Amino acid sequence: MSVSERDKYTGHMTTGHEWNGIKELNTPVPLVLLVFLSAAFLFALGYWILMPAWPLGDTYTKGTLGFDQRQHLAKQIEKNDSEQSRWIDPLVQLDFDAIQGNSQLMAIVDESGPALFEDNCAMCHGSDGDGGRYFPKLNDTSWLWGSDPNVILQTLAVGINSTHPDTRIAIMPGFGAAGVLSAEVIENLVAYVQSISSSHNTSIEQANMAGKEAYSMYCAGCHANDGTGNSVVGAPNLTDDYWVYGGDTTALTATLTHGRKGHMPAWDKRLSLSERRILTLYVLSLNQSVVTGDKP
Amino acid sequence: MTFPERALATRITLLMLGIGLIMAFAGHDIGFRLQGAVVVAATLATLVVLFLIRTQPEPSPQELTYYYDAPIKAGIYLSLIWAVLGMFVGVWVALLLAYPELTFDYAWSSLGRLRPVHTSGVIFGFGGNALIATSFHVVQRTSRTRLPDQLSPWFVLLGFNLFCLVAATGYLLGITQSKEYAEPEWYADIWLVIVWVTYLVLYLRTLARRQEPHIYVANWYYLAFILVVAVLHIINNLAVPVSLLGSKSYSLFAGVQDAMTQWWYGHNAVAFFLTAGFLGMLYYYLPKRAERPIYSYRMSIISFWGITFMYMWAGSHHLHYTALPQWVQTLGVTFSVMLIVPSWGSAGNALLTLNGAWHKVRDDATLRFMMVAAVFYGISTFEGSFMAIRPVNSLSHYTDWTIGHVHAGVLGWVSFIVFGTFYSLVPWIWHRQRMYSLFLIEVHFWLAISGTIIYLIAMWNAGITQGIMWRTYNESGTLTYSFLESFVAMHPYYVARAFGGFLFLIGAVLAFYNIVMTVRHMPIEREVNKDIPVGLMPVQSGEATA
Repeated sequence: MSVSERDKYTGHMTTGHEWNGIKELNTPVPLVLLVFLSAAFLFALGYWILMPAWPLGDTYTKGTLGFDQRQHLAKQIEKNDSEQSRWIDPLVQLDFDAIQGNSQLMAIVDESGPALFEDNCAMCHGSDGDGGRYFPKLNDTSWLWGSDPNVILQTLAVGINSTHPDTRIAIMPGFGAAGVLSAEVIENLVAYVQSISSSHNTSIEQANMAGKEAYSMYCAGCHANDGTGNSVVGAPNLTDDYWVYGGDTTALTATLTHGRKGHMPAWDKRLSLSERRILTLYVLSLNQSVVTGDKP
Repeated sequence: MTFPERALATRITLLMLGIGLIMAFAGHDIGFRLQGAVVVAATLATLVVLFLIRTQPEPSPQELTYYYDAPIKAGIYLSLIWAVLGMFVGVWVALLLAYPELTFDYAWSSLGRLRPVHTSGVIFGFGGNALIATSFHVVQRTSRTRLPDQLSPWFVLLGFNLFCLVAATGYLLGITQSKEYAEPEWYADIWLVIVWVTYLVLYLRTLARRQEPHIYVANWYYLAFILVVAVLHIINNLAVPVSLLGSKSYSLFAGVQDAMTQWWYGHNAVAFFLTAGFLGMLYYYLPKRAERPIYSYRMSIISFWGITFMYMWAGSHHLHYTALPQWVQTLGVTFSVMLIVPSWGSAGNALLTLNGAWHKVRDDATLRFMMVAAVFYGISTFEGSFMAIRPVNSLSHYTDWTIGHVHAGVLGWVSFIVFGTFYSLVPWIWHRQRMYSLFLIEVHFWLAISGTIIYLIAMWNAGITQGIMWRTYNESGTLTYSFLESFVAMHPYYVARAFGGFLFLIGAVLAFYNIVMTVRHMPIEREVNKDIPVGLMPVQSGEATA
């Protein structure tokens, strides 16, 4: 039945079979294909001899090079660590004044800070440290806990209202929800607080004398009599123009009624001491760049 | 279908309806209940169709001696519907990466839920239906026999689409096993096993009835696709459901074994679903369209066994530099590199088959689709072997280069061969002189090739940029770029990628339109179909003649 015929175009014989009009040529496998196949197999063979390759029950062929990816990684980490120790050691040991006075160490902070900040801090505080609603702005001059580098370093280590045993704690009570203050008093307080803030142009009117009284009774303990806050307990300055949770009437009423409890995670388990120190100085430098940027 | 077949179809559908009702009313979680509702809706629709066709006469003995093409026609339509749907979602998720607000704040439209709708929609919905439909066509023509019965092909086709539907709606509800290309949960998986084993049995029964002494090479590939996908699917989806009335299950494997099983599955899904099956398609429709003999039967043999044997070892290259023992990675590298030879053997065999028909490639956009498919098959298999080498992989892994590589395969190779095939197959089985608009095929070709190239260039650039940014260090040994910066740098590439995908989607819409118009408006011409008729053996017999 099967009759081979010669294909006019290629000159090769067909196999003699036909499937619904499709025929096949009996062309020999091109030499180049066999050469490539052999070359690929020789590559594999060489690889198997040199590298860990074939399983042998509960062990495997180790390869003549003795290469092991875990050891290789450990060596790379060790090498990197020893190279970095030239700046990590002083960065960890010196106090901040000494580091800030050392231009070589500060160059490392400038170099390594941005990526560290963007990988770990930017999702809340913004890639430029601009902050956002509920997340403090870091590139200005107001600091909830003060601008001392050691204080910032401590905040980075233990967090705020975090799960760390030594966490910083800062809670704005919900005066309205707890029934301590009536809606009317809260309204007065909001007007008063807005009047002392530089973000609002309202003046202290007669109606706010009630607000002022309530302020000195309920708020001044943390936010100070003049409203400038208290960095020991993380109470924000109310007289400047920056608000973490918003300074409009709705937001302030919500703050006074329900309270606020921000959260910052503790980083002491996730970032090394040198990384936290770099971040501390980097965060402070964000602030500086704003100051210098404002006064060209 | 014969009357007994219709009765059995009704009983099977009622059984499925019952299962759907139990899921919908007794389910423990809302997701499972809604999945039950999908099953109920699909089975009710099937029952309506069965009711409507109840009075139609049984197929005449004369019809039973001709090829059975109705499920093939339905498969082509289903494939096109999934193509447009899956590619639309693809463009959407591409845009999401550039413009994240396009979720419109719904949970179901988040990237994590839409992405598997895209991948399953195009791979299984578009690709799977195309494979099922063309395999029914190829196995009948090259075996010169009719499918052994009328019910199993419909059960396979519609059952598979029920699986796709349950899978896609499940993703939107947040139901997933979180395994790449194996996201559907245990109940959908079990259903697919039933469907797939029926498919395998149907295919083997048809081959056993063949009237040709030899099994044509396309059938080897289709059979490898069906058989291996069954094995992969069953093993990778071994899991223990939390409850028989709940959607959640836990994999039987854990840790690195789970990862290895998953990527053994994942890579062989690429090999046997996205490669072997479509090579079967290539081996029939390309020589048929070009009217040229296959260049070398011997190359077919080497390539087939090379691909089926070597792919099985390559999955571990997805897990380089991980907790996976290094010797497993070595085997992945070496077999991936060797794999290039049989892959290029297939691509070369296809292109050499076109010798003597290159003037047709120039003039006929349909054949050009198939030619480009073979070229992209060669490109993407070379790229795959290259990326499997550990040092290359250390740059490319986890970057968009991988996405680019996959799309070189699925856009350039899989989609091109499917569209070339459909433009050939539709006039043949609907007995039309030609497609409705040859101009639109030409437009589709250029849209598809531009879309593919834009997509690939965007993703190659994106991937290599990411890979380099992630490994750039300062002099002090710390990272120069944050992950965020590498992501911001991707924006122009992501926009370009979405544009390339959009062009490809437009092409698919044109194909759908062109095929519908061909069926509706082109005159029927009986003599168009030059198929050699079914062999003379009685249809009822299951024996093959040697």
